[in-house]
Amino acid sequence: MAYLELNELRRSFGPVVALNGINVSLDQGEFLSLLGPSGCGKTTALRLVAGFDRPDSGSIVVDGKDMTRVSPNRRDMGMVFQAYSLFPNMTAEQNVEFGLRIRKNKRGARRKRVKELLELVGLEHAVKRYPHQLSGGMQQRVALARALAIEPRVLLLDEPLSALDAKVRVQLREEIRRIQTQLGITTLYVTHDQEEALSVSDHVAVMWSGRIEQMGTPSEMYSAPATPFVAEFIGTMNRLQSVVVDGERGEVEHAGTRLTVDAARGRTRGEKVMVLVRPELLVLEPSANGAAGDNTLAGEVVTHTFLGSVTRLKVQSREAELISDVATARVASLPVGQPVVAHVPNEGTRLLTLTEEPASFELDPDNP
Amino acid sequence: MRRRWIAPSAIVWLVVASAFFLIPLIATFLFSLQSLQTNKCCTSAAYSLIIHSHQFWHTIRLSFVLALETIAISLLLFVPTVYWVHLRVPRFRPVLGFMALVPFVVPPIILVVGLLNLYKGAPSWFYDKPYGFLATAYVILAFPYMFFSLDAGFRAIDVHTLTEASQNLGASWRTTLVRVILPNIRVAALGGSFLTLAIVMGEFTIASLSTFQTFPTYIQFVNETQPYEAAALSLLSFLIVWAAMLALLFVGRGRPRPVQVAATR
Ligand SMILES: Nc1ncnc2c1ncn2[C@@H]1O[C@H](COP(=O)(O)OP(=O)(O)O)[C@@H](O)[C@H]1O
Ligand SMILES: [Mg+2]
Repeated sequence: MAYLELNELRRSFGPVVALNGINVSLDQGEFLSLLGPSGCGKTTALRLVAGFDRPDSGSIVVDGKDMTRVSPNRRDMGMVFQAYSLFPNMTAEQNVEFGLRIRKNKRGARRKRVKELLELVGLEHAVKRYPHQLSGGMQQRVALARALAIEPRVLLLDEPLSALDAKVRVQLREEIRRIQTQLGITTLYVTHDQEEALSVSDHVAVMWSGRIEQMGTPSEMYSAPATPFVAEFIGTMNRLQSVVVDGERGEVEHAGTRLTVDAARGRTRGEKVMVLVRPELLVLEPSANGAAGDNTLAGEVVTHTFLGSVTRLKVQSREAELISDVATARVASLPVGQPVVAHVPNEGTRLLTLTEEPASFELDPDNP
Repeated sequence: MRRRWIAPSAIVWLVVASAFFLIPLIATFLFSLQSLQTNKCCTSAAYSLIIHSHQFWHTIRLSFVLALETIAISLLLFVPTVYWVHLRVPRFRPVLGFMALVPFVVPPIILVVGLLNLYKGAPSWFYDKPYGFLATAYVILAFPYMFFSLDAGFRAIDVHTLTEASQNLGASWRTTLVRVILPNIRVAALGGSFLTLAIVMGEFTIASLSTFQTFPTYIQFVNETQPYEAAALSLLSFLIVWAAMLALLFVGRGRPRPVQVAATR
């Protein structure tokens, strides 16, 4: 039986359905990220688990005990907030000690534990400082130590890094993962940053509009997105709207070009599908005469974006704008304006059935 | 260090402003030093008379204790109320703000008549005692000052996050209020308390109309009979209120605030 279970959690605020039936089951010591654009209900889900809010229906079970109606101060859930939440009138040390004092632990034991935790988060030199004397990153470290001090059943983090600058963010997320693994603490982590979610989690649940669209390991989420939304939200994806022309041989037609993709085998003729290709799988080659071979789309390089070891090229083809990641060393042969052919691989592409128009959604502005 | 240059116009302004406050005080002081027999300067007879007056000590003690009582009741009543409104029903904030204006709008003379009528049947330990009836009236008078101070204090902190963080760590409502919220609105609570103290130490209309002998009614009594003593008394009361405020500041201060140190980032 799973350690943490969320069963069919629903919560509405007036006409706004913030959560529309969330199911999660997590084993002890696992790290789950709730990932999604802002407004999709991540914070609401976390607040229900912490007990700051009650669900309209559904239940929260921890270690076999139903917690749905337990008040927040009896839940033993350690929470790290998005906003800086340290008590301004207390030093770092006193903040971490707060939960232990509430639990009436002995003074000696308290001191020892506070010291250990502040060392764990790398702040042994700042124990006597007040929150306003700490940087944003340091404050969130103290908040983490404070949440861990009470030995919580579940650790909850609500976009704890969103207010920090990029470098600190990467550093701190790795540290959170290290500490989490070291302590073996079951963790629910909320973020709108897919890179963050993929890099630190055991499992990722992509949320959209109050639902979990898909849940899986980071590599499953990346290589096998189950819905157009997930495909778009996780990583970058080329989306080719196509129609199945031959289900036996796996042929589809995209903008007048026939493509053979393994994923199309067994589909019925005439079915509307979307072929998904990761930018790193789309191979570009210069084409002098513009003639396209098998499984290729013709187009022209429009832009270069240098990303380090790879450069991201945008290619305008007849119908779609294609994105391809090319090793930077090879880019010289593909200048802007160069006619190219893009090879669509047989393998490694995914196919989504388009039952309706692809749902429109807005991504976070800071999460391109 | 660079020397700060002060504009001449600023100095002129400062002098005018100080004169505005200081001249009446100085004039009062000089007047209070005149002798009752010769009408000439300078004798401290007026001060000596007051300090040896039993009435003086009695009424000032009463007013001071009344002020403390009013402050205590107001804080007990309004801190949890304003906290709750900020946390749970923020849409009631304007309603409270409007109610807080009522004591400004209704003149004390009408307020006291209303209150006297309202409490007419009340038991005599309440109705006939300053610590009952007067304190109640003063809590009403102090409401706007307390409310607006506290409201500003609560707006300056993140009430929701602090409360949730505290509860998350296992604290009850009471512990959250006492250990987390109060220390962070202390300055606002102190501000409200100062104003309340000043109001109660100077309130005349209600005390007089409900026939209680407080410090302001004593000043009024002296004023009508002994001019030099009245001047001395005014100055003394001025000093005493200031001393009381300082004392309150000292008591409310607790541990000194940490000095602002540049954060190492
Ligand atoms: N207390 C509330 N009152 C009204 N609407 C709310 C409240 N909390 C959240 N919502 C709404 O619920 C939806 C989900 O919000 P939230 O869980 O905060 O999203 P996220 O954390 O994923 O950005 C949003 O549309 C938000 O406006
Ligand atoms: Mg949120």
